[in-house]
Parts: sequence; structure tokens; C-alpha cells
Amino acid sequence: MMTSVFGVLFDGFAYGMLLFLLSVGLSVTLGMMNFVNLAHCTFGMIGGYVTVTLMNNLGWPFLATLPVAFIVAAAISVAFERTMFYRLYRASDLDQCLLTIGLVFVSVAVAAYVYGTIQQPVNLPNYLRGSVHVGGLTLGVYRIFLILFALAVTAALVAALEFTRFGAQVRAAVDNQRMARGLGINVDRAFAITFALGSGLAGLGGALAIDIVGLDPSFALAYLVYVLIVVAVGGLGSIGGTFAAAMLLGISDMAGKYYFPAIGSFLIYLVMISLLMWRPSGIFGRR
Amino acid sequence: MSELALSTRGLNKSFGSLVVAKDIGIALPRGVRYALIGPNGAGKTTLINLMTGMLRPDGGQIMLGGEDITALGPEQRVRRGLVRTFQINSLFPHLTPLEAVTLTICERERIARTWWRPTSNYRAAIDEAYDILKSLMLGESCYRQTRELPYGQQRLLEIALALATRPKVLLLDEPAAGVPREESAELFTAITSLSQDITVLFIEHDMELVFRLAARIIVMVSGGILLEGTPEEISADPRVREVYLGGAHG
Amino acid sequence: MTVTSPALTGPHQHFDAQIRWRTIEIVFWLATLLPFVVTPNYLSLASQIAVTALFALSLDLILGYAGIVSLGHAAFFGFGAYTAGLIAKWGWGEPLSGLVIAGLAAGLLGFVMSFVIARFRHLALIMITLGFGLLLLELANSASWLTGGADGLQGVRMWPLLGLFKFDLYGFVAYWYALIVLFVLFLVARRLTNSPFGLSLRGIRENSVRMRAIGAESRPHIRTIYTISAIMAGVAGAVLTQTTETVSLGVLDFQRSADILVILILGGTGRLYGGLIGAIIYMIARDWFSGVNPQYWYFPIGVLLIAVVLFLPNGILGGIAQLVDTERGRRWFGWLTSPPWRRP
Repeated sequence: MMTSVFGVLFDGFAYGMLLFLLSVGLSVTLGMMNFVNLAHCTFGMIGGYVTVTLMNNLGWPFLATLPVAFIVAAAISVAFERTMFYRLYRASDLDQCLLTIGLVFVSVAVAAYVYGTIQQPVNLPNYLRGSVHVGGLTLGVYRIFLILFALAVTAALVAALEFTRFGAQVRAAVDNQRMARGLGINVDRAFAITFALGSGLAGLGGALAIDIVGLDPSFALAYLVYVLIVVAVGGLGSIGGTFAAAMLLGISDMAGKYYFPAIGSFLIYLVMISLLMWRPSGIFGRR
Repeated sequence: MSELALSTRGLNKSFGSLVVAKDIGIALPRGVRYALIGPNGAGKTTLINLMTGMLRPDGGQIMLGGEDITALGPEQRVRRGLVRTFQINSLFPHLTPLEAVTLTICERERIARTWWRPTSNYRAAIDEAYDILKSLMLGESCYRQTRELPYGQQRLLEIALALATRPKVLLLDEPAAGVPREESAELFTAITSLSQDITVLFIEHDMELVFRLAARIIVMVSGGILLEGTPEEISADPRVREVYLGGAHG
Repeated sequence: MTVTSPALTGPHQHFDAQIRWRTIEIVFWLATLLPFVVTPNYLSLASQIAVTALFALSLDLILGYAGIVSLGHAAFFGFGAYTAGLIAKWGWGEPLSGLVIAGLAAGLLGFVMSFVIARFRHLALIMITLGFGLLLLELANSASWLTGGADGLQGVRMWPLLGLFKFDLYGFVAYWYALIVLFVLFLVARRLTNSPFGLSLRGIRENSVRMRAIGAESRPHIRTIYTISAIMAGVAGAVLTQTTETVSLGVLDFQRSADILVILILGGTGRLYGGLIGAIIYMIARDWFSGVNPQYWYFPIGVLLIAVVLFLPNGILGGIAQLVDTERGRRWFGWLTSPPWRRP
């Protein structure tokens, strides 16, 4: 019984790290500019398809595709931001939702057309496959890799925020945009860079997710719901909050599927609604 | 002695280490025109926010006509007659002024919950709305959407909305802010012709308006009240000159 | 409301003009009778359009008038649909009473939810509406002993309407039924939006801070309109069930909530007719392209959404209203936008 609890925790933790990578960009950009970007998971999907294409069509090794997934997702997000999103920074919540949902629809259709609607296979390198036995527990190697990788990224993010000047600018802009502008910080530029970074991270998350949850065109919409839950519960603009919420959601989801398979996602939605009602700005949010 | 229309005692508010209100005590007798002046950041709008309930004080008391309203929410204070206007227009962009003022009257009279009768049935409310708008020289333009009105007329609409609630105490936050010189005459007439039953406190930077309209002036600096007195006393006081009038744009 | 020349308007006329029936409205409702004569083979599609239009109307009341963004409105549509289906399945197949019960049931659910809805704004509100919709879908899926699960509800048999008119395969009675229900509830919505309550709703949508500053409590208003909207959505779902004699999980899914949002935005919010026009265009277009893979259908929808947000923010009706509101527009189309017995 204990081993299964630990197993669920471990799997939930890995899943949570994945959700964190997918969500952190959205949380920060929402906190900075209040721009509701529902197309965020599209970038995740793009990252996934980049990895698939590079590996299956061009024979690249898995690890080498990851930085490319990041860069391509970031680049495409910059293109969208410069052509369409920047016009809606002062628009209503609804308009932003609608524009970005429209983008999701378009991207899902394009992905279906180019890649078809089947699940994409990915061949992990041998050293990432299988499991190890640690103290009586069986832990998947890929999940261990995922956790370590994501933790490293998290550490890099936190370090960048705390110790670089750019990070200080981002923190100031999230805290109080008007005052940050008044202090001479180029908020628009900081936002553009943050947006690109966040979308790149989503792309990375999408690439890493293929082995855990699979990849097909519906990814852009299906995982949007989870990402939104993480962001709303964790609080806008808070990396710590996003981390906590991602863990909570990842573990609850695993626990729900393992212990109460009959009710499926019901538990997640109930937890989210309850948490939001208790704390509308998220666990760590401040508005 | 007539009851005070509005008074506060020991009002305090801080945001962390930033003190925005320091032991504020004011006493406004009924019908008097008060001006509240002070440099930017002195805490004038904060005081209005505290008095209207938009901000919760850390300590102190607010009394409206003898009743303690410190615990009441903003809507309830409005219903008791304490009304404010905003420094930056806070209007209903796609409603016409006539609709906006009629809406205010319907809410006041608690008609606003009826959904089975058309608004046009409430002829008394519409008449009252139109009269208020006419008295503020908005009778011609009250049929266009608010966002199409020139800025000066929008400022007048701010006051119209406040008047439609039948206020006992009216707090005007920089009524002339952003109004071009050509349009400020109407604004001035509007404020002077306010009924004597209403007690008025207005924040202003325009010293000409202050000295023409106010019977008494309160000077605020850095969250606290520096002094209070008649226009003559204030303009003669060296402390005020040093703190404010010396650098005012007028 | 667009401006009419001041010389003809006094304060009372300003409000009177808003509730008078305009020629174009009369033309529209007469046109809804056309399918009986012109396309009698498509009456079941026409019924579906009427149902969708009613659903869109219910969303317009909360989105277009009160400014509440809901991503889960299908919850009430589906709840009404399943209630009507279950009543019929359990032996009571009378349509009108079933309709009323289903509407009231959805309304009750809406009333309960409204206490939550009224307390939140922005992202938290959007997420709660989304979560609630998904929650109900999961519940319906799991409670397959009640709902039939993924297979849908079996055994829904309706009695003849008013004891005389049987719902047949040609959809003749179905379309009359759906159309009349739509029209009646439209009249209710029209009256509501032109009442002081409707004015308050628009005030809440335009500036909720100002509403507080004039002494208006927004929450009771929001609870009321949310409940009314839930009743209407539930009635729409019930009509669908009764005219098709089936219910399946599709009535509750996110796609349906998203579709109705698209339809309303396409037609234009806050004008009542926006949802109706949007429904007609969307459903007809979808029927035309019904052979195409569903994944590809969302490509033009996506493009349309992007185009509407960037170029036509008030939807089709908003764009038309802007065209008509010019000098030339008034000359040419004024006769349509004013009541038939008055010249502009």
C-alpha cells in the first residue's frame, strides 16, 4: 500500500513538473500584461510536433530536439505577438479570449491537416527508457529525467528573476505596471521577451510531454484547461504559486485516476472550483 | 448648533510603511463649501476613498449627520447621502447621459429590479433626469452616447450622476481636472448653483476656482492636515506658501 | 442605441423609441416562417437553428447585457435537455409541461450557481464557469445509470402537442413548436432589456465601479439575470430533446459552450438579434460543409473569430449598425430601422 502511495506521488510529481513547464509562461505574462492568451498551449503543441518531425523525419536524437523545440515555439510566438497580440493589450478580457481561441482553432486544424489526427509516436533513446529500482520502489527513468530537467529549468528561472537586472524589471512590471513604466522600465520590451521565453518553455514542455501524455492536434485545447487551472489556482505572475498549483493538480489527477477511476476528472474540477472560491486570486495571487 | 453634515475622527491608513492618512479629523457643518487642497500625493483622493468606503481605514471613525458609518459599505453610504465624483471620469461610455441619470434615479427609488415594465413607463424618473441634465446645461446633448461627448460635458455628467442620488454631502474630486478653459465656465456655474442644502467638499488645484467657491479651505500635506481656515487666512499663512502655493501651477 | 435627430426627440421619446417595433424586426419574424413554404425538406434543420438561437439569446442576456463571460453555459442547456428527456422517459410525455419543468429545473441550478457567479470577476469567473460546465459533463458521464452515459438516453417518447399535433419525422410540428417557444421567450427578453432592470445590467457591464458609487448593488441584479438566462438555456435544451426524442452527452460538452459563444460574437452581443442572426448563419454554413472532417471545420471558424475581433468588434450586426448610422445609411435604410408607421 505504501509503495503505491509513493508511486502515485512520484508519477504525480512528474506530471506536475510537466504542467509547470507548460504553465509558467502563461502565469507570468498574465501577471505582467493581463493578456489572456488561450493559445498558450498551441506553442506547446508546436514544440511537440517539432520534436516529432526532427526525430522521425530527420533522425535527430531526442535531447538535441529539445532546444530546437524551445526556439521554434518562441520564434512563432514572437511572430504572433508582433502581428496580432500587441493590438489587444488594452482590449477587454473577452476580446483577448476570442482572438486567441480563434488561433487555437486554426492551429488545431492546421496540425490535423499536416500531421493527421493520430497520436504521434516518439522513440526515446535507450538510456531514458525503462525503470530503476530504488529502495523497493520502481521509478520510471524518463520521469526521473523529466523531474530533474524541470527542476533545473525552475532553478534557472528563479535565479534569473532574482539575480539579473532583467529579472528585476519583470518582477517590477508584474507588481505594478504603471509604476514600472514611470520608473523608466521598458515594459513592452520586457513583456515581449518574457512572452517569447514563456512560449518557448511551453514548447519545451510539449516536447517532453509526448512520452507521458501523447501528442495529437487536440493537445492545444485539451491541455489548455489544465494549464488554466494551474494558472488560476496558483495566482498570476507567481512562479512559486504556479509550481505549487502544478504539483497539486498533478498529484490530485494521478491520485484521482488511481484511486477513484470512476469519477475521472471530476475531482480536479471540484478542487479547482473550491480553491478559486476560497482564494479568487489564486493561492499566491495578489489581486 | 446645527448637526455636522460629515465628520471624521482619528482616521488612519497605511500601506505597509507608506502612511497615506495620519489622524485625520475634519468637521463639515451643513451647507458650507469646503475646498481641500495640497500638493500631489498629499492624500486628498485617499481621504475621499476612505470617507466613501472604497478603502477601509486602519483606525478612526466617520460620522455622517450624527450616524457612525465607519462599518458601512460604499453602496450603503451613498444611500445615506454621501456621494462622490471621480477625478478621472468614471462613466458609462455606451449609455446616453439621459439613460445614465435615469438609471441612477431608478436605483435610488429601488425601481431597478422591475424587469417586466418598460423604462418609458416611469415618466417621473425620466422627467427628473432630464431636469437635472438641463440644470447642468446638458439638455441638448443628453441623447448621444456618453463617449461622444466633449470632455467638459462629461465632467458635468459626473456631477449630474452624483446629484441624481439626492446627496446630502457631495465630494467632488478635482471637478475641473482636464477641462479646457472655454468649458470651465459652465462647470463653475454648475457648482455655484448647487443647492444650499448640500454640503460640498471639493479637491482642486485650480486656485482661482478654490478662492471663488470655497468658504473654508483645508490644507493637506503628506497624509495629514496642515491647517484649516478661511481663504484669507490660508493665503496669508507662510507655511502654506512654502509647502504649496509657491510651486502651484494655479 | 444610435442617435435620432434631436429635434424629434424629447426625453420620453428617447425611451419610447427603444421599445417600438421596427420594420426590420417585423420583416425578420415573418421571414422565419419562410422555411415552411420555401424549404419544407429542411424543417428539422430549421428547428435546430431555432433551438440554437434561443440558446444564444440566453447567453446574450448575461454576456451582452451584464458582461459575464461564461465558458460553461452548456451546463444549463444540457441540464434542461436531460430533465426533459428523463421526464418523458419516466412516462410523462406531455411536451409543454415537460418544457416548463425542465426550464424551472435549469433555473434552479442557475439560481444556486448565481450566488457563486456574482462574487467573482475576470479570470476566476471564467475558470469557475468553465469548471462548472466540465464538472456537469463528468457527472453526466459517470452517472450512466441515469443518463445513459455515452450512449445517450433511450426511450424518450413524446405525446402529441396539445393532444393534437404529433411530432413527426418531417419536422413540421417541431419547427412550429421551436419557433413559437423562441418567439415567446424573445418577447420576454425584449421587454426585460428595455426595462429599468435592463438599464441596470448595461450599467454593470459598462462600469461596475460607478454602479457602486451611485448606490447600486450589482449582485442581486447579476443573480436575477443569471437565473433567467439559465431558465432560457434549459428551455432551449428541452425543446431539442423533445423535438428529436434523444439526448446525448453532446448537450453538455465544452464544444457546445464554445460554439454558442462564437455564434453570439459573430452576430454581435447586446442586440438580442445578434444571437439569432449568428445562429442562422453558423448552422446553415455548418450544414453546407457537413461532409468535411470536423477538425477542418474549425479552421474557418478560427479565422472568422480572429477577423471579427480585429476588424469587426461588434459582430455582423454591429458592423451593419455602423454602416446604417451614417447620413447615406439613414436615407436608404431609415425606413427599415424605424417603426413601420413612422417615417424617419
